[in-house]
Amino acid sequence: MGKIQIDSLHPNNVLEVKNLNVWYNNSGIFNSNSRLKSKIQVLYDLSFSIAHGEILGLVGESGCGKSTLAKAICGIIRNYKGEILHSGGIPQMIFQDPLGSLNPAKSIGWIVEEPLRLKGELDASSRKRRVDEMLERVGLGSQFAGRKPHELSGGQRQRVSIATSLICHPRLILADEPVSSLDVTIQSQILDLLMELGKEFQLSYLFISHDINVIYQICDRMMVMQKGEIIEEGDVAELFDNPSKEYTKRLLYKE
Amino acid sequence: MIIKKNHYLFFGFIITALVLSIAIIGFFWTPNNPNAIDSSNRFASPSTKYPLGTDNFGRCILSRVVEGIGATVLVAVFTLIIGFGVGLIIGTLTGYYGGWVDELLMRSGDVVMAFPSILLALVFISITGTGRYNVIIALGVLFIPSFARVVRGEFVRIRELDFVHSAKIMGAGPLRIMLVHILPNAIPVLLRFLAIGFNNAVLAEASMSYLGLGVQPPDSSLGRLLSDSQPFLFTAPWYALSAGVAIVLLILGFSLISEGIVLPRSE
Repeated sequence: MGKIQIDSLHPNNVLEVKNLNVWYNNSGIFNSNSRLKSKIQVLYDLSFSIAHGEILGLVGESGCGKSTLAKAICGIIRNYKGEILHSGGIPQMIFQDPLGSLNPAKSIGWIVEEPLRLKGELDASSRKRRVDEMLERVGLGSQFAGRKPHELSGGQRQRVSIATSLICHPRLILADEPVSSLDVTIQSQILDLLMELGKEFQLSYLFISHDINVIYQICDRMMVMQKGEIIEEGDVAELFDNPSKEYTKRLLYKE
Repeated sequence: MIIKKNHYLFFGFIITALVLSIAIIGFFWTPNNPNAIDSSNRFASPSTKYPLGTDNFGRCILSRVVEGIGATVLVAVFTLIIGFGVGLIIGTLTGYYGGWVDELLMRSGDVVMAFPSILLALVFISITGTGRYNVIIALGVLFIPSFARVVRGEFVRIRELDFVHSAKIMGAGPLRIMLVHILPNAIPVLLRFLAIGFNNAVLAEASMSYLGLGVQPPDSSLGRLLSDSQPFLFTAPWYALSAGVAIVLLILGFSLISEGIVLPRSE
């Protein structure tokens, strides 16, 4: 494979992924079994882009590599082949389990403030102000700053996650099943909040879900993933009306 | 909060505070000089001058027990400082980074833990010689693998949680993730293990000194006192009893504390 040519990002895009391949290493001195493959490929040659303000849905059954893709995009997984280009800072991620994504030993205020603290641009009092504004904006109110994650409900925790991911004003949010663990009524509240904030902050989303209804409700475009490959991609409405692959049909109309 | 008021913790703290304050007072003042020999008063029964009687040399048993608690606690504390200090560093790094260094250190830890610890301590002492400082080093080194393992286990468990990923995405460096994001979540488990480790260290010091490898005569320690009192178990039972009760109280206090530290998940 030749040297990958580094192109600059198209001005309309916040993210471009080109020929992305990811392997998981199964190594270690004592568990290297020659019969097992020590390198397992999880993503095969993915290429796609997300435009400014676009909401791209990603569907596929569990274990097909959706979360791996998100982790590669935001830099948790570093050893990949291919290119990931993004504009405007590192994309932030919203996780499925809102309790696991909040540090149980810290207060809500501390958690939301941490990205600002790491950035190190603002002093303590203006950070506090930003945190209070942000908590207010996601519908929690500044009185939540002193509470601990386990004192909150699932929906409230997900609001905290959203506040944390937005506080440094990223351009792209990777939402990995952000509403799957919530009640249906809370689900729609959180989705509405994500849509509102998306307009307000001019965000793009990569929205990962196994729930076709959620994708249909909010996404502009969608990709279908199977076993680490993107098998189909297109406008949500078109894809729903006219899926070409058997797998997509099964996924869309299994209910 | 981690520490909720409960009976375990309450009685644990009372007993521990009692024993430790006796030990601290013992560093500065004892009823009599613990090493002074009063040859006219050998095997004296408890009296006002000698509240717990005297031993075979006519030395004040209370003073020797008080001094012995202090000596044993000191050995245990320094053992923990070595064992926990080094174990914490090793466990943190191996737990966070993993990889072949992790494998290497953990398997060497397995090798150390495969031997009975008293046997290893015996080998160490026979190389370096007896004495309380060598016992501290020997026990401290022996305690490293078990501490490292507990710390590592916590780090391995926590490093895969989403909030650690999320901290990485925000741009937190490895040191900040280890110390600010992960460590506070490991503290309840570590505190509990520290209390258990203290007990193990007390028992280990007592056994080493009982075998004559730790604190040397004429100095006193709880294990030393047990072995000194053994021949006179029937003629002067208060001698063995006072040393034994001191060990039991010391351990009981820390066991209750360790029991009383409620893990947040089990609430």
